[in-house]
Amino acid sequence: MNSFSYSRPDDVNAAVGEISEQTQAKFIAGGTNLLDLMKENVEHPQHLVDINHLPLGFIDELPEGGLRLGALVTNADTAYHELVQKNYPLLSMAILAGASPQLRNMATNGGNLFQRTRCYYFYDTATACNKREPGSGCGALTGYNRIHAILGTASSGNTPQCIATHPSDMCVALRALDAVVRVSGPNGDRTIPIADFHRLPGDEPERDNTIEPGELVTAIDLPAEHFNTHYTYLKLRDRASYAFALVSVAVALRLDEGGQIAEARIALGGVAHKPWRNPAAEALLTGKAADTTLFRQVAEQLLDGAQGYGNNTFKIELAKRAIVRALDMAYAGSTQAGDAYKQEDIL
Amino acid sequence: MSNYIGKPLSRVDGVAKVTGKAKYAAEFDAPDLTYGYVVSSTITKGRITHIETSEALSLPGVLSVITHENRPKIAWLDMSYKDQDAPPGSPFRPLRDNKISYSGQPIALVVAETFELARYAASLIRVDYREAPHETNLDTNLHRARKPKSGLASLLKPPPPKPRGNFDEVYAASPAKVEGRYSHSPEHHNPMEMFASTVVYEKDGKLTIYDKTQGAQNSQLYVTQAFNMSFSDVRVISPFVGGAFGSGLRPQYQLFLAVMAARELKRSVRVTLTRQQMFTFGHRPATIQNIALGADSNGKINAIYHDAVGETSQFEDYTEIVPTWSPMIYPAENVTLDYKIVPLDVFTPLDMRAPGGVTGVPAIETAIDEMAYELGIDPLELRLINYSDRNMAEDKPFSSKELRECFRQGAERFGWAKRNPKPGSMRDGHNLIGWGMSTGMWEANQMPARAEAVLTVNGKLRVTSATADIGTGTYTIMTQIAADTLGMPMEDVLFKLGDSDMPLAPIEGGSWTAATVGSAVKVVCEELGRKLFKLAQKIPGSPLAKAKWDDVEFVDKHIRLKQNPAAAVSLQQAVDQNGGAAVWQKSTSLPAMMKQKNYSRAAHSAVFVEVMVDEDLGTIRVTRAVSAIAGGKILNPKTARSQIIGGMVWGISKALEEESVMDHTIGRFMNHSLAEYHVPVNADIHDLDVIFVEEHDDIVNPLGVKGLGEIGIVGMPAAIANAVFHATGKRIRELPITLDKIL
Amino acid sequence: MQTTLPKQPVTRPAPRLVPTQPVTLTINGTPHQLQLAPWTSLLDALREYAHLTGTKKGCDHGQCGACTVLVNGKRINSCLTLAVMKEGDDIQTIEGLATGDPANPESLHPMQRAFIEHDAYQCGYCTPGQICSAVGLMNEGHAKSRSDIQELMSGNICRCGAYPHITDAIQEVMQQTPKNA
Ligand SMILES: Cc1cc2nc3c(=O)[nH]c(=O)nc-3n(C[C@H](O)[C@H](O)[C@H](O)COP(=O)(O)OP(=O)(O)OC[C@H]3O[C@@H](n4cnc5c(N)ncnc54)[C@H](O)[C@@H]3O)c2cc1C
Ligand code: SF4
Ligand code: FES
Ligand code: FES
Repeated sequence: MNSFSYSRPDDVNAAVGEISEQTQAKFIAGGTNLLDLMKENVEHPQHLVDINHLPLGFIDELPEGGLRLGALVTNADTAYHELVQKNYPLLSMAILAGASPQLRNMATNGGNLFQRTRCYYFYDTATACNKREPGSGCGALTGYNRIHAILGTASSGNTPQCIATHPSDMCVALRALDAVVRVSGPNGDRTIPIADFHRLPGDEPERDNTIEPGELVTAIDLPAEHFNTHYTYLKLRDRASYAFALVSVAVALRLDEGGQIAEARIALGGVAHKPWRNPAAEALLTGKAADTTLFRQVAEQLLDGAQGYGNNTFKIELAKRAIVRALDMAYAGSTQAGDAYKQEDIL
Repeated sequence: MSNYIGKPLSRVDGVAKVTGKAKYAAEFDAPDLTYGYVVSSTITKGRITHIETSEALSLPGVLSVITHENRPKIAWLDMSYKDQDAPPGSPFRPLRDNKISYSGQPIALVVAETFELARYAASLIRVDYREAPHETNLDTNLHRARKPKSGLASLLKPPPPKPRGNFDEVYAASPAKVEGRYSHSPEHHNPMEMFASTVVYEKDGKLTIYDKTQGAQNSQLYVTQAFNMSFSDVRVISPFVGGAFGSGLRPQYQLFLAVMAARELKRSVRVTLTRQQMFTFGHRPATIQNIALGADSNGKINAIYHDAVGETSQFEDYTEIVPTWSPMIYPAENVTLDYKIVPLDVFTPLDMRAPGGVTGVPAIETAIDEMAYELGIDPLELRLINYSDRNMAEDKPFSSKELRECFRQGAERFGWAKRNPKPGSMRDGHNLIGWGMSTGMWEANQMPARAEAVLTVNGKLRVTSATADIGTGTYTIMTQIAADTLGMPMEDVLFKLGDSDMPLAPIEGGSWTAATVGSAVKVVCEELGRKLFKLAQKIPGSPLAKAKWDDVEFVDKHIRLKQNPAAAVSLQQAVDQNGGAAVWQKSTSLPAMMKQKNYSRAAHSAVFVEVMVDEDLGTIRVTRAVSAIAGGKILNPKTARSQIIGGMVWGISKALEEESVMDHTIGRFMNHSLAEYHVPVNADIHDLDVIFVEEHDDIVNPLGVKGLGEIGIVGMPAAIANAVFHATGKRIRELPITLDKIL
Repeated sequence: MQTTLPKQPVTRPAPRLVPTQPVTLTINGTPHQLQLAPWTSLLDALREYAHLTGTKKGCDHGQCGACTVLVNGKRINSCLTLAVMKEGDDIQTIEGLATGDPANPESLHPMQRAFIEHDAYQCGYCTPGQICSAVGLMNEGHAKSRSDIQELMSGNICRCGAYPHITDAIQEVMQQTPKNA
């Protein structure tokens, strides 16, 4: 970790101003991703702007029935918030499937959007990595790539530049919910649909998202559609907790009175550089009832074009099965996180 | 006599541990302490052509960067770097020259006034290398397998015995045969505490070193030899060790570097490794095994073939006992075993919890399960058919072996009798349920050790021995033994360990500490008791004046006549008789070789496991497990249970989660963090049950104990793999069984 | 494919050091005036500057939970926050859990007593983090079942594998504690 200066502004304009003035400055919120990477010498900001004292710790109801999540609300406070639990249980479930209680008490909603890949090579400065050092190569492509992407890895050349995944659980739910990210920057305020917030690596793997230098995320808006009856977040990983997803699936269904699917949203985590959706696959479900063959067809379509790189090839089949299971669970309204083994309350 | 032995007592160091008062190696302070940070090689093999330290040194507060170029002179001979656990070969010497032998090798130490500064300066060091091709893949280098060199280490780890009978012929003629290849990935110990040494530079140049080690005297020996110092100038202290599991059996490189820096700068230095650097020294070696079993139609196993090839470094021949476990458990008449190693460009492997045992036993125990299915015999029944009271690897009887009773009690507790042998026959929704079992076994050794006991003028007992407590409960059980031997309350007894100034004890490994140090503590307390008895007899009008040693007992802080408890002298009165001085005794305990040599000595276990496997998603969970242990006398069922539970968690980890994954293209372990090197978390661990079966053994050692550090893990992996087969019909012979292997 | 690494990392400015500044941390109710640069983590501030070594470092990267402390009653990983960011907060460490003389078992926090009683440790290195985490778990109030405890204690790795006993200890303290205390 290099040496850096530190400031603690208490309003948004001052924070944005400071970031723009300093060279190689970064915001710090929970610090759980930034400090980790600074200790690994992957990030080396010269100045940190501590945004924890900005007035962005709110969760407000929106006039049209949506919810605005302040960028500085912690992941834990968001997941356990009464309105989130009631109206957006999918989001709550996804957040609680991630990291650990301690980390969720630190991690902020804003910071979670920005968390960087957990690619082993990205983290290890002894190895080649196009995301960390553009042009150095991609160690994962020919190396150990168990946790890597199977979708959306194309670049203009023959070989992908980067096969990293976006590791967030929260963002997978946000993607299913069509959240909107609110940003303040040197050039004023703007909103970015979550679908456009993260990007695919293409030829610029060093860019994770579409945010411009100096821009600050102030809030995340959740639209009025709640999906609070037929939903699930299914996360598959190498141990029962405190591990990143190998594959995760967020499903949100709206059923009509006859029990047919009126609208389906399916977002995948752990498979690409951004939470993955495929509207055509979702459309297959419209107007249909639950049917395993259909679910499998949807899964096939979602994984269309998927490619494995050796250690991660199993993810293609795993993702398909996870989609079928998640659709089953969401349709049945059993929100259990794929976890049949629960002991009854004893406290 | 008090009655502490066998009681489920809380640990005597409990308060220290729950209040944060227990101090580990990196937590001792020294005036003017400096901090060292290790720079690690980014390549796997080759030479350093240039190392640029100027930028680092330009920072105010950076005191020194020590590299192979500017390091002080150190001992020349290989011999000087041999610690008590060194395998045959030429030990790794940090900063010896510009040669790189493995990825992550330490190549420089930055010393600065603060930790943060040292860490930053380390990032500014630029290194140029000339790379050479490396080989790190055991699988693709099997053709280079060779016999290990023998040395001192071979005494404890003998090669497999010569073939007996005629395997080929008998196997070929056997009506029932199974054959398989079993393998596991390298694993790193990853104790929670990262390796650290705080070297305190005393005014006269003497060193007091707080080191993370399983043997303070081993570290002391290493430092004195490598730096040509006298024993009286180096004191190593290690009162608490934050887990080790074998990783502390050899001094690690942070010790060497910290000592070198302290002597160079004449200041105190602390060096702590990073979690990533915890993957840059010893590990459990990747091992590939082949097994073939031949049985008659009644299930009697007549032919065993078992070979194993493990990895080692290019500089030392690390070995384990692997195939030998097969004939130790199963008494076949026709046995061929083989053990070889392949030198690769990795660091020398290092004993890790049940080294060799949890490699060989899971392989043979999986093969036995395969044989049970081949024959259509219940796996427990098959093990009973092939039960033996003799260890056929040595052709000696066991000093005790209550494994049959383990099978009985374990099976009953688990409900094994209700098992339908058909794979896939039990389910709960999407979950397939499987039941599997395995035998476990670990040797019960005893080493020579010394201990000292002092009864102070205030009537308190202080006992010391230079052993370690890595969480095993040494403090507690030694206090129990001492208190019982001299009839004192535990509160009046203080047992201390982990200081090289204390009486000699071996490195704390192989589950031998309870037997080894326990015997020494018992002996020294008995001999102290004799002294006290003599003093008591000298007291004018002593009621014991005419008594013989055999007539008295130590009870309630008194020496009294067994026949007439009223005839008693208090221990306080006995000390008072010593002219105002404490009464002191130092003693040695040696294993009773003559008594032991005709027997094989081992702890055994029977393990029963239930798993739930998601039929679509491949996720596996161990929902319950029972370990029935025959481990001799249980000194403290509370700490003993913890030892076994810990071993069972390790077994789950080994079977399902843990592996160090090497990218062979660059020769580097890539999942070098606790986020990506998976060990179980709380949510992975469900119902674990431990049964201690009565086992009496007066051959193994005077205490009748067998040690419990390793026996808890040995049987678990195969029981889990066998349960996974029972659930799914899939036989996975490569550990760990991650979900992708089930899909 | 063998990849080549650039010998020099991309555009890094010349080294410089940011000076230390006085930082006041309120630890276990007592203000501690420390002289720190911004780069000192809360964990290192506790261990190396305030000499409170009860809080452990098991990874320094948020991956183990050994460094768990309570900040304003909530558990966090002290290795992934900066000391300067915690000025003005109420920091509680393992050293602050017992009331009065720690040598007297009566003065221990109920969670500390339960850990001893259940032998919920072996080497003890993860223990301060486990105990702080368990106290945080109770403060947070989301655990309703044994499996909740297990899930919500999964941010604390115990390599010794004391989990069943850790869960027993916590469950016992929770059952003994009145719900709205
Ligand atoms: C061991 C471990 C395990 C984890 N497991 C999971 C998991 O399973 N699932 C999961 O989803 N996550 C997991 N996480 C990641 C965790 O969720 C993220 O680290 C966290 O969400 C980041 O939030 P933060 O507030 O701490 O961000 P910080 O570290 O403070 O910031 C991260 C980045 O975002 C920028 N930033 C922060 N806030 C803003 C803002 N408002 N506007 C603009 N830029 C901003 C910062 O400049 C920085 O570059 C894990 C983390 C660790 C360490
Ligand atoms: S996958 Fe992306 S992040 Fe990983 S090494 Fe390749 S370029 Fe770097
Ligand atoms: S030291 Fe902070 S989580 Fe491991
Ligand atoms: S007690 Fe050793 S790591 Fe938990």
